[in-house]
Amino acid sequence: MLAEKYRNQIDATLAKYPADQKRSAVMPLLYIAQSEYGHITRDAMQEVADILGLEPTQVASVVGFYTLYHDHAAGKHYIQICNDLPCALRGADKFAADLCAKFGVKLGETTADGMFTIEGVMCLAACDKAPMFQLQNTEGIKYYESQTVESAAAVMEELRAKTDQ
Amino acid sequence: MEHIVLRHRDIPGIDKLDVYIANGGFEAYKKVVTSMKPEEVIDVVKASGLRGRGGAGFPTGVKWSFLTKNRPAYYVVCNSDESEPGTFKDREIMEKNPFQFLEGLMIAAYAARAAVAYNYMRGEFWTLARELDKKIAEVKARGFLGKNILGSGYSLELYTHLGAGAYICGEESALLESLEGKLGQPRLKPPFPADKGLYQMPTVVNNTETLTNVPMILARGAEWYKAIGTPTSAGSKVMCLSGHVNKPGNYEAPLGITFRELIYGEQYGGGIPGGKKLKGILPSGASAPILPATEAILDTPMDYESVAKAGSQLGSASVILLDETVDMAWAALKMIRFFKHESCGKCTPCREGTYWMLHVLDRINDGQAVAADVELLGNVANQMVGKCLCPLGEFSVSPVLSSLKNFRADYEAHLKDSKKPAAKPAAKPAAIPAAKQTEIAAGD
Amino acid sequence: MADLIKLKIDDVELSVPKGTLVVDAAKQIENDIPVFCYHPKLTPVGMCRMCLVEVGRVQKDRATGQLVLDENGRPKIAYSPKLETACTLPVEEGMHIRTENGKVAGARNDVVEFILTSHPLDCPVCDKGGECPLQNLTLRYGPGSSRFVFDEKQHLDKHVPLGAEDNALIFLDRERCIQCARCTRFADEVVDDHVIGFYQRGRKLEIVTFSDPGFDSKFSGNTTDICPVGALTTADFRFQARPWELTHSASICAQCPVGCNLHLNTRRSGTSGRIEIKRVMPRQNEQVNEIWICDKGRFGHHFTASPDRLTSPLIRKTATGQLEEASWDEALELVATKLKAANGAVLGLAGGRLANEDLFAFNQLVTGLGGRAVLASHMGGGDWVQKVGLGAGSNFGAMGKGTTIVVVASDLEEEAPIWWLRVKQAADRGAKLIVANARPTKLDRYAKHKVTYAYGDEVSAVNGLAAQAAQAENLVVVYGGEGMDLAASTALAQACANLLISTKHTGRPNNGLVAVWPHANTQGAWDMGVRPSGDALPEAAVLLVAASDPVGDGAALPRVGFTVVSELFRTATANAADVVLPAQAFTEREGSFTSGERRVQRFYPAVPAMGHSRADWQIFSQLGERVGQGQTRPGAAAVMTEISKAVPDYSGVTYQAMAKVEKQFPDVGGTDLYYGGTAYQNNAGLGVQYPSAADRGEPVAVAEVASVAHRVGGLVAAPITVLYDRGTTFIRSYVMHPRIPRPYIVINPADAAALGIADGETIVLSVNGKELSAAARVDGHAPAGALLAPQSLGSPALVGLTPAAAHKLEKVEA
Ligand SMILES: Cc1cc2nc3c(=O)[nH]c(=O)nc-3n(C[C@H](O)[C@H](O)[C@H](O)COP(=O)(O)O)c2cc1C
Ligand code: SF4
Ligand code: FES
Repeated sequence: MLAEKYRNQIDATLAKYPADQKRSAVMPLLYIAQSEYGHITRDAMQEVADILGLEPTQVASVVGFYTLYHDHAAGKHYIQICNDLPCALRGADKFAADLCAKFGVKLGETTADGMFTIEGVMCLAACDKAPMFQLQNTEGIKYYESQTVESAAAVMEELRAKTDQ
Repeated sequence: MEHIVLRHRDIPGIDKLDVYIANGGFEAYKKVVTSMKPEEVIDVVKASGLRGRGGAGFPTGVKWSFLTKNRPAYYVVCNSDESEPGTFKDREIMEKNPFQFLEGLMIAAYAARAAVAYNYMRGEFWTLARELDKKIAEVKARGFLGKNILGSGYSLELYTHLGAGAYICGEESALLESLEGKLGQPRLKPPFPADKGLYQMPTVVNNTETLTNVPMILARGAEWYKAIGTPTSAGSKVMCLSGHVNKPGNYEAPLGITFRELIYGEQYGGGIPGGKKLKGILPSGASAPILPATEAILDTPMDYESVAKAGSQLGSASVILLDETVDMAWAALKMIRFFKHESCGKCTPCREGTYWMLHVLDRINDGQAVAADVELLGNVANQMVGKCLCPLGEFSVSPVLSSLKNFRADYEAHLKDSKKPAAKPAAKPAAIPAAKQTEIAAGD
Repeated sequence: MADLIKLKIDDVELSVPKGTLVVDAAKQIENDIPVFCYHPKLTPVGMCRMCLVEVGRVQKDRATGQLVLDENGRPKIAYSPKLETACTLPVEEGMHIRTENGKVAGARNDVVEFILTSHPLDCPVCDKGGECPLQNLTLRYGPGSSRFVFDEKQHLDKHVPLGAEDNALIFLDRERCIQCARCTRFADEVVDDHVIGFYQRGRKLEIVTFSDPGFDSKFSGNTTDICPVGALTTADFRFQARPWELTHSASICAQCPVGCNLHLNTRRSGTSGRIEIKRVMPRQNEQVNEIWICDKGRFGHHFTASPDRLTSPLIRKTATGQLEEASWDEALELVATKLKAANGAVLGLAGGRLANEDLFAFNQLVTGLGGRAVLASHMGGGDWVQKVGLGAGSNFGAMGKGTTIVVVASDLEEEAPIWWLRVKQAADRGAKLIVANARPTKLDRYAKHKVTYAYGDEVSAVNGLAAQAAQAENLVVVYGGEGMDLAASTALAQACANLLISTKHTGRPNNGLVAVWPHANTQGAWDMGVRPSGDALPEAAVLLVAASDPVGDGAALPRVGFTVVSELFRTATANAADVVLPAQAFTEREGSFTSGERRVQRFYPAVPAMGHSRADWQIFSQLGERVGQGQTRPGAAAVMTEISKAVPDYSGVTYQAMAKVEKQFPDVGGTDLYYGGTAYQNNAGLGVQYPSAADRGEPVAVAEVASVAHRVGGLVAAPITVLYDRGTTFIRSYVMHPRIPRPYIVINPADAAALGIADGETIVLSVNGKELSAAARVDGHAPAGALLAPQSLGSPALVGLTPAAAHKLEKVEA
């Protein structure tokens, strides 16, 4: 249960907002839930709702609206390549296509071993260092800028080696 | 020019608290908290001519004065959502010059008499938020935050808050909704945040870069700041250069430098890769009309008024450059894809219009369209104008309408019934030696 | 009087109160500005952009603040370049709104076209077709044809249960939803059940629920009325009929004392050939239920058409000992003979779901024979409601700041849902709510002040409110009978009346007493002189039972020679009777109910009577004729005429008066194109609230509260009410079965621990020498020492607080 396992973190989060505005903590708590369970399960929504005194539907709505929350299991690591206009002008589309080809998937798909989901995403505020991607997993989110297919693949292989199947 | 916001480029290690303090850091804050009244702070900021760097360019001091006249603000919220395509300045500020940013936010909080300030950051800035939390703790350990700061009786807490992937949360009222734990959908205005903001309490919302200017303004005075830039667009602005340019990146320059200087100047963009011709300039990400790169446009000063007069907006000065190889129908498609993805769904014209425009653009780019489709595209865009609930919907028509106006031939080249030779495939830009990039994937 | 603002809409000048929205102002001059997301009962959001109008404002000189005048000396009007949403725009002095020019027409056309890019054109098979605001507005303002010629029109799931497939009451057609948020705003703002919401964003926005059972709100059905398209439909009505084939019959809900106004929508069934009720819809009565009804009222009608209904009289044959079908003549004659022979030893026992006309005729018959007519109820205080009941002209919908509302001994949401809703909304508007109960209820959320007493201490809890009552500008006291028997609830009623009288809160609008009665017409029974008896029922030669099932409730019947039952179903009591007479349901006949607010309201026949059933008033009249009490009355109206002569309170209550209507605001029925699609329009009457004694200026005095013996020590069982029960009528609504709980007892954690009982385990409860088993719900909502026993869930009925013992059901060896 999140409430027990992350008591301190949850308390620290709740302390940021006025006592009668606990709902503000829904997004930080969903991040905790997502790192714990890999994605946001229905039970996790219920847990967060219980901690904050909300209905699970209210929590679910937030999960549904924001793209960094995942409501179903996919790859253990999300490789989110920015292919918005500025990056695309600097080769992001090709970078994405080549990286996908290298891992045998199409953009938006998950590798057969369940390790990576490679997605195209909207501008990540790193346009001057395209091609780039961000890595999202249970550890959080990290940027990898000025990438080549080789450098990205190396990052991914290293991740694969470190991650339990 | 000396950097005001990107001071880390002049002073190495300024992201360390000791270095920042050794270079005069938090002096302004100390002075303000211990010896100035909030109104006096506001007067200085007003006199400096500082305008909001988040896009709208609203005078910052005036915004702050809305509150204090009637009742104190309860909250100051910094808008670090930074999601406009082509914008990456706030991230650099928070990464490289974090203490100046925090000091600015703290001065704003004092001026608005807020006891709590939040820094709302896009969720992708996860790692950065962790870093910033540490820096806030350091600042607090020095006694600049917490209860009864420096014996002044003023108390302030500062918190970061992460979004989770939604461009619309950069719109201030949607941001507040999101901070309240709800869907990031914009609110009706009025009431404005100054009246009913976070938790329905008076609130100031300012952009990261705006606030980062504030400590230097208080340290050196309004006159010093006002002397930079143009009479109506005072100070310097961080310009984000991306796309087809030799040296993409952030450049802090006085407001009023010309596009030409920024794009071709050696200390700035350094020109277009491969010596290609520039075709279009997006002065403010995806949200403002595309300007054709004519000589007149290149000589336009980059200040709020001049860019507006030239038919676009300075906005957050996220300048995306498109060279002659770019197919504008493709560029419009990319941008509409963005808006369709980011439309929050609250109002009909934006929700349906972005979807419809994307459909027509897809068809055009796929070579499946006829001339009537191009007409239709313009009609749909025009049909949205003036009808949306918030500016996102209104912005979304800019790439379409401006490219249709200035680059119609690019559309026509795709048409099934076109007499012209088939268009070249969509822009596949040549390898660009970027600033810190030595190589791009082979075969590109 | 609020400040008036003068403005011009097209060429019409009008004055409306400050704060009025342009869309509502226009409505007052019959200018129907089209809307989708706007609804006058919900906070405006300005989302759909359908209501765009051109706005001109008077120009003021910046420096002087003076109006700028034109060459004719009139204020100069500046029109904003952008159209504005009339649904979010409050009127301003001198404003000029244009709704008819090309710019506005173009905008309407554009917005409809946008909406239709996502909307399927499945009107021919849509449940909303014929009463659909989108359909109406498309015809009136739409482009005629769409330029959205893509075959990528969304194809989304069409029959999505909001909840699990087997318990959903509301179904969503995702394609049809136009994302107007009327349903979510209703759930969030109006009823505070945050159990539906949007999922995803942009064009992918869809309505979802993550509650269990799905869309877990007692008011869920209302969203299907306010949904401006056919996206939300009820499990009950979808695919049942086309709206234009339906007949509207005005009725009154028979489920609780609120008296919600209904329309019963009927149609001849293609299969059975019978005229059937297809759906139950709210009928606007701003004084009573506005435009809302609860799900019990909406879905609880199925009993009326149940195949279990009694269709002909039954007589117990001596030869077989069985109840066998007989003719009315035979049955009535037999009963009349027994009644005459009883020599005055006649006992009548009637239930509170009978109409006034039935109860009056019943009382006339029984007392005319020298017998005694008793109401089957354990709640007292009807006489106090007659004296100091809610003042004439009161309206919960208008209560707000300055009004104090006390709710005592009632779980209002379970007992009278629409009152719960209206009290909650009054509190939202600033009324001061005081909730007094022995346990927490959902109403506590809105209470400014919460009084928790121990069961048995109701009177002192109310006495303790004297100071707060004295401060109140207006005071309404709503009392229920939770955990009380007749004596205790009578004492409570008296204490409440004393509170009102002693603080001078009687005889004025928005002041007075309201009883949360157990049945729809309990107040009417009191008024007709049929009242509960605190003592054990006397022995009698003939017992006449109407609309009550004492045997089923576990009560001991007095020793009687001959039992007659008038009923809809073969209840346990009917099975024990000598003669059973089939009664008509309220849907099959005329009559009137009196609500807890003393509003007498008419209902009308909607469907033909089942079998040979007769209306109760008719049965008792015919018996009266046979025992020599005069001629049978010709109709229900004639009974009401008699009532208005015989019962002084009802002197102004006539069928004509009850059928009077007047224009109501907001105007949601009628000819408009956008709120319609429902049966809101009330052409059949708003009812008559008879004046209380205090209203008539008669003196009312504080009376001493009879002391009631407290039960102390040991475990007690307290009866509580749940809305969804296993009552004879409601249990026939199969769609509601997933929401009717299995029998359970709520027990405090400390008590449970002491008894070694865990949550969910079966416990055996001993009360009144009987044992019953039920699932334990271990929950701090039960006060220590009290076991909460929901009534009518299949367990023996309790009367007031009852000493009880409990133990865990020992595992039986398999
Ligand atoms: C769709 C949309 C996106 C926006 N995104 C941002 C953003 O990412 N960062 C920002 O500072 N302002 C953004 N704004 C502007 C804000 O609403 C607001 O004007 C600004 O934060 C005010 O701060 P300033 O006065 O310091 O510029 C956005 C506005 C709109 C309509
Ligand atoms: S389901 Fe109906 S009421 Fe709810 S948002 Fe969709 S169209 Fe509006
Ligand atoms: S925007 Fe006014 S009715 Fe929807």
